[in-house]
Amino acid sequence: MAFFILKRLIQSIFVMIAVAFLAFSLFRFVGDPVSQMTGVETSAEDSARLREELGLNDAFIVQFGRFTRNMLQGDFGYSYRTRQPVADMIASRIPATLELGTVALLISLLVGIPTGIFTALRPRGFVTQSILLTTLVGVSIPTFVIGIMLIFLFGVQLGWLPTFGRGGTVQIGGWTSSLFTFDGWRALILPALTLGVYQLTLTMRLVRAEMMEVLRSDFIRFATARGIPYRSLYFRHALANTMVPVITIIGLQFGGVIAFSIVTESVFQWPGMGLLFLESIRFVDIPVMGVYLVVIAFFFVLVNMIVDLLYVAIDPRLRVREDG
Amino acid sequence: MLEIEGLTVQFPGRFGVFTAIDDVSLSVAAGEIHGLVGESGAGKSTIGAAIIGLLQPPGLVASGKMTLGETDLRSLSMSQAHELRGRRISMIFQDPQTSLNPLMTIADQLIETIQAHEDVSASEARDRSIALLEEIGIENAATRIKAYPHQFSGGMRQRVVIALALCTNPELIIADEPTTALDVAVQSQVLDLIRRLAKTRGIGFLLITHDIGVIAQITDNVTVLRGGQLMETGPTQKVLRTPDHDYTKSLMAAVPPLDRKLDRFLVPDSDAPDLAAPAGRSAADAEQWLTAGTQIFGEGLGMTDVTVKFSGNRTSLFSKPAAFTALDAVSLSVRPGSVMGLVGESGSGKSTIAKVLTGLVQPSAGQLYLGDNDLPPARARSRKDPSRRQIQMVFQDPYSSLNGRHRIGDILAEPLWHYGLEADADKRRDIAAAILDLVGLSADAIDRFPHQFSGGQRQRIAVARSLLARPSVLICDEPTSALDVSIQAQVLNLLKDLQARFGLTILFISHNLAVVRQMSDDVTVLKGGTIVETGPSEDFFTNPNAAYSRELLSLTPGMPGQ
Repeated sequence: MAFFILKRLIQSIFVMIAVAFLAFSLFRFVGDPVSQMTGVETSAEDSARLREELGLNDAFIVQFGRFTRNMLQGDFGYSYRTRQPVADMIASRIPATLELGTVALLISLLVGIPTGIFTALRPRGFVTQSILLTTLVGVSIPTFVIGIMLIFLFGVQLGWLPTFGRGGTVQIGGWTSSLFTFDGWRALILPALTLGVYQLTLTMRLVRAEMMEVLRSDFIRFATARGIPYRSLYFRHALANTMVPVITIIGLQFGGVIAFSIVTESVFQWPGMGLLFLESIRFVDIPVMGVYLVVIAFFFVLVNMIVDLLYVAIDPRLRVREDG
Repeated sequence: MLEIEGLTVQFPGRFGVFTAIDDVSLSVAAGEIHGLVGESGAGKSTIGAAIIGLLQPPGLVASGKMTLGETDLRSLSMSQAHELRGRRISMIFQDPQTSLNPLMTIADQLIETIQAHEDVSASEARDRSIALLEEIGIENAATRIKAYPHQFSGGMRQRVVIALALCTNPELIIADEPTTALDVAVQSQVLDLIRRLAKTRGIGFLLITHDIGVIAQITDNVTVLRGGQLMETGPTQKVLRTPDHDYTKSLMAAVPPLDRKLDRFLVPDSDAPDLAAPAGRSAADAEQWLTAGTQIFGEGLGMTDVTVKFSGNRTSLFSKPAAFTALDAVSLSVRPGSVMGLVGESGSGKSTIAKVLTGLVQPSAGQLYLGDNDLPPARARSRKDPSRRQIQMVFQDPYSSLNGRHRIGDILAEPLWHYGLEADADKRRDIAAAILDLVGLSADAIDRFPHQFSGGQRQRIAVARSLLARPSVLICDEPTSALDVSIQAQVLNLLKDLQARFGLTILFISHNLAVVRQMSDDVTVLKGGTIVETGPSEDFFTNPNAAYSRELLSLTPGMPGQ
């Protein structure tokens, strides 16, 4: 078990180094940082001095080493645009994105898994067919259209919910949360729904397909032939076996939700990392873009490690294989 | 105890009603083992499913009476039927690898089953489970019960399955091919166990199988089915020794005997093409093409001191994982133009030998040779090495060894262009059509897809494909173990004919000793990656040297009166 975790950790380190390298390549090859920072009136000597101070004249590998070391020490550099430390900018935006992503994921799981089970158990029923048809429409419409439609209906026509921003927030330590005020929740609902709908349909269809597959398997037939009560048959025998592959996808989904909340955040002007990333692109703010890349990759790696550990917890076959 | 009268099962479909079981009657008494035998599609499993009430929709029992003791099985409601399952009727499935929930311990599955039918405490259920496992022959049951299914071997797992079917004390157990997935040694243990349980506990067994050897070995009565209809029923000894019905006779005749060698397999269906003398002109063309090559057919093949190791799972960063030795200094020699039978239990390394020879597995030591030349091992054998054409393979499963998205013509033409044997596309097509005739299929098969053919026909296509490479050596890995006896007879006759006509060298891998006796000139017995015995086939079968060979022969279920 310890060896298994160690192996995954080492793999993760390699992934992070690769991503850091990509992020660093951005600095090095996309535009000239000095000309970004300086204006037309800056003298050539000043530019050269700046170049020397920033270490841009050093060899590529030395610069990469410095970049990585600074990252590890928590020094993410300064934004070209705002001149603030990038670390502070990202840190102030992380809570919004994480809360949005988590709530969206919870919506997709809490709705997707039960409906997935239901539609698997009654594969030909009228309700099942209606759900499948509705969700097919849900997948086919792009996220931003869903967002705009929700804004139009609940924000503009009915006027029930706010259409942008985070609403009332509470400061807990360094974490700005909108989960503790009624106003914050009202602001959260629409973007979370928008972001969650696609994941919901995906989760539902995946659970349905896997569950139907498991229900056809020999051990379910054998358990039925032994007269195991249907409740246990479905929720103890079948569901656990269904979840093994589903967990992988859900893990990847969560990474995806965090990384690709950009569209939703821009539709709802949600002050998260995605919006920050969009602003950074507009102003060619390369340090922020690079760090965003690294942070997102870190989330992916973290989530995948948790998924792998969950795997081992659920499936005894993996436990033995890894223990030897 | 179980009485079935006039059972008819139908599957209504879009294009009318398909009658899977037509007016079948049978009865199973307490303590009786009743065999249900027939080829695939005979409806054996459908009868079992109908009894336990688990017919796949849209199947339904159209008419007939089914009673278990005093209970009318057809009048039960859904929940009553489910309540009855396990408590009074249980079932054992074919494959012990897949019939247990992999995520639950044996204890959890046993305790849950007992508690589903009886109001007992978990600890009492556990005690009963342990006692049952010990009775069934699992040592250290008290600790083994905490294990997960994957921690048991195949035979032990089938015992666990039997324990699960047994833990509620049912009156009737339906065993659907309970030993088909097991080796002969394990098979005979499991059959012994079934017989003991029938005798000591008075449980009635309905034993569904396609293996007449199994029927002969353990059943009291037997019912022969064909196409959903009852052909013959009666005491096993009588039905097998003096069958009344023609179908039973031909079925019996198709089973290869273990105790003597026949010239040809007897094919039960008279409508099967006579392959002994392919009449068509195109078959002659194909034969001419096959023999027209410059190379000589039938080269010797062999290996000396070949060792194959597979690396185990890494358990620590600092120590090398322990290697698993699949073959240990194996030397093997197949004479040119002869058939070498390779037998052994699963895991004995039979298929590894095939993979080494075809260059799919890299041996860690040893030499290979083909004819007078060295045969380079996997990594040293280049893509263009001529031996890649000279050694061809026929696989076990004809359902997965043909690409389902290619037409038969393309499948057959592939070796022709791949090995550069025929540059012209039209000629390739002609040759493909001709060889279809040679293996007894009609030429219009060329534009069809594999799924339009039966298992036996597909295996013939696979044989035709391997022949089109103009091989000198054919390696057949269990070529007929997925097929019914009558189809098996046809395919093996085909192989025999082709071997005789072209003087092919064949390495014939099988776990079925009777088939090996019919096919081979020499036999090699493999156990745990080493050779136990090797020698001329008839000597081996009449007078085996090694104790293990004798054990293997004695465990193979034979036919009565032979």
